[in-house]
Amino acid sequence: MFGIFVRRVLLAIPVLIAVASITFFLVRLAPGGPFDAEKAVSAQVLKNLNEAYNLNAPLSEQYFDYMSGVLVGDFGPSFRFPGRSVTELIMTGLPVTFELAIYAMLIALLIGVLSGVTAALKRNTFLDYIPMSIAMIGICVPTFLLGPLLVLIFGINLEVLPVSGWGQLPGDKILPSITLGFAYAAYIARLSRGGMLEVLNQDFIRTARAKGLSEPMVVVRHAMQGGLLPVISFLGPAVAGLLAGSFVIETIFQIPGLGRFYVEAAFNRDYTMILGTTIFFSFMIVFFNLLSDLVALWLNPRSRDS
Amino acid sequence: MKNHVLRVFIVIILIGCSSSESPVDQALESKILHYGNGTEPQGLDPHIVTGVPEHHLLLALCEGLTSSNPKGGESLPGSASSWDISADGKVYTFYLHEDGKWSNGDLVTAYDYVWSWQRILTPSLGSQYPDMLYYLVNAEQFHNGSISDFSQVGVKALDALTLQVTLKEPTPFFLGLLSHYSTWPVHKDTVLAHGEIDDRNGQWTRPGNFVCNGPFNLKSWELNKKIVVEKNPLYWDADIVELNQIHFYPISNEMTEERMFRAGQLHVTSTFPSVKCSPNITETNPNIKIHPYMGTYFYRFNTKNETLSDVKVRKALAYAIDREDLVNNVTKCGQIPAYSFTPPGSNGFYPDTEVPFDPELARGLLKEAGYENGDNFPVLEILFNTSEGHRKVALAVQQMWQENLGINVELVNQDWKVYLSREMIGDFQVSRAGWIGDYEDPNTFLDTLRPNRGNNKTGWNNDTFDQLVAKANATLDQDERYNILMEAERLLIDEMPIAPIYTYVRVYQLHDDVKGWYPNILSHHHPKYIKLERN
Repeated sequence: MFGIFVRRVLLAIPVLIAVASITFFLVRLAPGGPFDAEKAVSAQVLKNLNEAYNLNAPLSEQYFDYMSGVLVGDFGPSFRFPGRSVTELIMTGLPVTFELAIYAMLIALLIGVLSGVTAALKRNTFLDYIPMSIAMIGICVPTFLLGPLLVLIFGINLEVLPVSGWGQLPGDKILPSITLGFAYAAYIARLSRGGMLEVLNQDFIRTARAKGLSEPMVVVRHAMQGGLLPVISFLGPAVAGLLAGSFVIETIFQIPGLGRFYVEAAFNRDYTMILGTTIFFSFMIVFFNLLSDLVALWLNPRSRDS
Repeated sequence: MKNHVLRVFIVIILIGCSSSESPVDQALESKILHYGNGTEPQGLDPHIVTGVPEHHLLLALCEGLTSSNPKGGESLPGSASSWDISADGKVYTFYLHEDGKWSNGDLVTAYDYVWSWQRILTPSLGSQYPDMLYYLVNAEQFHNGSISDFSQVGVKALDALTLQVTLKEPTPFFLGLLSHYSTWPVHKDTVLAHGEIDDRNGQWTRPGNFVCNGPFNLKSWELNKKIVVEKNPLYWDADIVELNQIHFYPISNEMTEERMFRAGQLHVTSTFPSVKCSPNITETNPNIKIHPYMGTYFYRFNTKNETLSDVKVRKALAYAIDREDLVNNVTKCGQIPAYSFTPPGSNGFYPDTEVPFDPELARGLLKEAGYENGDNFPVLEILFNTSEGHRKVALAVQQMWQENLGINVELVNQDWKVYLSREMIGDFQVSRAGWIGDYEDPNTFLDTLRPNRGNNKTGWNNDTFDQLVAKANATLDQDERYNILMEAERLLIDEMPIAPIYTYVRVYQLHDDVKGWYPNILSHHHPKYIKLERN
């Protein structure tokens, strides 16, 4: 297992370098620049700005400058927010996004695993149909619809929860966490139901029951360990996705997270910010995929023993 | 399972009960204004930033020589208590307040202004608004590097409290121009403590470091969350400031902002969702305010294009747009049909130009241009940036042109930066455009269409127009000046390098508790006059 770990880490390095390099040249190929605005700046001002950010140097020189900066953790200054470095902006948004991701994932796991396992155990009963139907709706209903709907009910009609914000008014973290968590809960419910059904039909479960183990013991100790493997594999990319992809939730609920920086950087042609966030998210995806693979390996007794 | 659900609901209800009084209700006691401010500001350095949200913040934090009138019109004293203008209109002498203080207690001096203007004109700073000071003697030369001695530029401190400004031409709108934040001062020692004069990335604008001379101080700044400013007791006019704090929220999503207003989390919004607009919306919801705004929505013609180089074609296109129909049935937010480039009422300037909706006349012009019934007319493209509003207008214009002129029109939707880049290099036929005035004078509009102006983008190069605008800027008498500008405006509408469509309005929501907030064409609402009272 250690060998796999080392191999995967070594593989990740060229992946990250490739992502950074391709992104670097792609953003430069995109039409429009960071200083284009409805009120066009004069040629003199544009020249001054390009000089201030070293954008008039040859592209190869800019590339090597940038990459050598990245190696020592310097992602450069943001073009959109003068006076702020990309690292600072990422570090400002990350804790918020991370907190939101944790709450959402906890909600998703709680609802998803509970309803998925129940559905698998009570197959073809209403305890299977109802949660699975809701899960299907959860997969189909986009967050940009569910979010405003929850806000309308709990924020505006019932007036029990704030409609937006993060850590500003009591209870303002509840609706965004539920909205984001619900979409993932739906996937997890279906995955855990599928995984459990497959495991529940296997011989070792029959053996466990034959040994006279109680049903909860059979489910928790034996079935869930294998039955939730698809969920574990899903969690890696899901957590990475949560960290990168809460743009919609962050916009609907006015949350100061990373997703907004990421998307707005692309619209603003904030070259350094696009690169910084892309490299960061690539790292996150690689890291969490690796983590979920390792956990899945560890949970699988055959691969663990080897 | 049932118990879990029940517990969650109990927690929700308990939390809800504990916060039954909304921030807007609480604000009556605390005197905190909750302000929806559009997007996250780029920064707070008045010489670096551009944009409306930044302007709202800087109005609270800093102050120029003059200050914009909350009711519109003549400028009011800012950090200058009074001023003299020489008979030829070229030399302005400003007398600063004796008790004008920076927020750290230092005196605001004329030397601060000289240094600040040197800073914005320093090429390596890369400021985007140095041309606001190009009206000064030698300012442009200093900025483009042809002179390096700043003492040759037309700004001088006669003593600590007297500033003398020498202009190239009389420039009758100069006082209005000074209400733009790019001309405002920065505190020299603070800026230099965190970088050089030309450092764009200095940390002086951070809470704790920030020093400026406005009615409020910077208290905290949480990115993408909120910026809090609090009353500055050292401000020279602090007695009239009633608010204790203003919380500025960067809310880029107009639907979120609207919900926050409804939930009592905001006193004022930056905008109102256009999808919710209807002709009588202010009657059903009196909190919605619709005021004329100094901006024009127009279509830009690329006069370098073979077909559009013919003025008859441009006029035919302009005359085939039913503006009344467009504002009543498409935009629906109270926009005003535009028949001139300069919005009516810009500091008392009311253009008398007409752009008739006359399909028959338009077809006749097209026939004269060699395209009878639209035959042989090449497919015309309307370029616009991604926005539901722009799409709707483009669709309506497309239909009007197809129906009234018999020509084929295609819509080209591009991402904002791609759209800007295509406009800049002239890769378009017709493009949607908007222009918002920087100061209250027709010059802020007409100047943009002079030849060699970066914002012209139409390829229209008319020497007579150029001379008229230049002559107007050198004319002291306001009536005579407006007559010349009117002539320029008529020439512009006769040549039609742009087709005006509608005059912008500001549509936003304002809570009844907010007093001292007056509609004005620049939509400058100085926070020092704002109060919170419930009737």
